[in-house]
Amino acid sequence: MIIDHPLLGPRDAQEFVILGDASLIDRPDWQAEDAAQQFHDYQHLRDNPAGEHRELWFHEQGDRSWLVVTRSTLTHEVLKVELARDVAIARGRNR
Amino acid sequence: MKTGAWIGHSAVDAMRYSVLQILKEGLTGNRGWKPVWREPEPKRRYDVIVVGGGGHGLATAYYLATVHGLTDVAVLEKGWLGSGNVGRNTTIVRSNYLLPGNEPFYELSMKLWEGLEQEFNYNAMVSQRGIVNLYHSDAQRDAAARRANAMILAGADGVLLDREALEKKCPYLDYDNERFPIKGGLWQPRGGTVRHDAVAWGYARGADRRGVDLIQNCEVTGFDIRNGVCHGVETPRGTIGADRVAVCVAGSSGKVMGYAGLRLPIESHVLQAFVTEGLKPAIPGVITYGAGHFYVSQSDKGGLVFGGDIDGYNSYAQRGNLPTLEDVCEGGMALMPMIGRARVLRIWGGLVDMSMDGSPFIDRTPVEGLLFNGGWNYGGFKATPASGYCYAHLIATGEPHPVATEMRLDRFERGGAIDEKGVGAQPNLH
Ligand SMILES: Cc1cc2nc3c(=O)[nH]c(=O)nc-3n(C[C@H](O)[C@H](O)[C@H](O)COP(=O)(O)OP(=O)(O)OC[C@H]3O[C@@H](n4cnc5c(N)ncnc54)[C@H](O)[C@@H]3O)c2cc1C
Repeated sequence: MIIDHPLLGPRDAQEFVILGDASLIDRPDWQAEDAAQQFHDYQHLRDNPAGEHRELWFHEQGDRSWLVVTRSTLTHEVLKVELARDVAIARGRNR
Repeated sequence: MKTGAWIGHSAVDAMRYSVLQILKEGLTGNRGWKPVWREPEPKRRYDVIVVGGGGHGLATAYYLATVHGLTDVAVLEKGWLGSGNVGRNTTIVRSNYLLPGNEPFYELSMKLWEGLEQEFNYNAMVSQRGIVNLYHSDAQRDAAARRANAMILAGADGVLLDREALEKKCPYLDYDNERFPIKGGLWQPRGGTVRHDAVAWGYARGADRRGVDLIQNCEVTGFDIRNGVCHGVETPRGTIGADRVAVCVAGSSGKVMGYAGLRLPIESHVLQAFVTEGLKPAIPGVITYGAGHFYVSQSDKGGLVFGGDIDGYNSYAQRGNLPTLEDVCEGGMALMPMIGRARVLRIWGGLVDMSMDGSPFIDRTPVEGLLFNGGWNYGGFKATPASGYCYAHLIATGEPHPVATEMRLDRFERGGAIDEKGVGAQPNLH
């Protein structure tokens, strides 16, 4: 698989490690009433789709940036690559 | 272990497969053999529907019929029986787990393997040729000793081999490797291999004969859920009703349970396997490397059957990529350099249902009448008999089998993870 890094261009997926579903960006509010339940779901439950999947990849052997890669789990085709920081800010996180 | 009495089948088989019959068929072009199981049309409803005709689904149906007398049962399979991982795995069976939530379950499975061929009167080539997990440091030796003790406590067998004893079995390993010298291994003599397809076929035939409908090319595409109760399944061949629907689809768990609106502590990944050309006997049992992810056995035809890590990314593609092939082969070369002379003939991949702690689930779900069996990771073949046995128990009695009480979907909420490797909720590290 080739990941088209937004800053560095096409890179071999071997340079990266994958963490998993990009929903891991949406860390729950630890002060919420139901924080324990929210953290359980956040940490353990997955949509696990057969098709498009947004996931977090870390460029360990490169510039050490976190990326959000949209990839088909049916064909392994990489459809879209974004900097995780941009995605997190767009989702209302402060960094 | 005897799980059910059924007198008469061996007599039928003796007539069907007698020496005389084989001679006669051999001389007349083998045109007289009859199919071993029926191809029934689905009925409108059943007591129990098992979704997924892999090893676990077929074993579940078999034990529902033999142990619990439930025969108004259908197994619905998307493709053909055994088209999933039961026919794609590297056939290793063992009960060398550490944790109390797992080990008694896997030891039950081992005992069921030991009696299986007599039980369902089918040659599954159960071969207890032993399995050794190598250790390379003092710390790993301590861990192996602890594991052996846990195994023995659960009624299994485990022997700590030092380098000398190991060298007698496997003289060709790279014992003096500078980085990871081999100091010994944990040997389970009762571990080994079983012919995977034959397991599916043996359970299928046994279930069919007792009246279970095995329905192939019948994909479940939804559930008939009303007011939180599951009344049946949707398929391209119509809605089929049932009192209890037992899902058992391994790598497709996330997709299928998604039809019921459930999110699972599971991710689907790809695991690859590799087979070389046939070679003279060299590998006595199963060898697993302790310093990297690599394991190898030798099939009866002589091919080296080996594998290693999952690729690591979510996948439903049933095929992997080359970097993993390279990584696995590097592990093989580090362990036994002679493997470099062998040529790989075949490579394939299967969908594995990786769970958040590396351990499986056999449980009810929040939807009444809908049950779930999955999360078998890369190691559910060895579990086939016990998984079917315990799932049938849960379906028939409504209570978990005593050896499967920890395999619950809510265990993370209760702090009850069964994490053999201790790596946390990171499926691609288990
Ligand atoms: C390469 C590889 C090597 C392995 N090696 C080992 C090993 O050495 N030892 C070991 O213990 N384990 C091993 N495993 C794991 C083991 O094969 C699996 O954990 C086990 O087979 C899963 O249970 P099963 O047999 O029921 O699965 P499967 O055979 O995959 O059965 C699931 C069935 O469900 C069907 N299905 C899916 N969706 C639907 C639907 N919507 N409707 C109807 N049917 C559906 C599928 O077609 C499939 O037939 C390995 C796996 C792989 C991929």
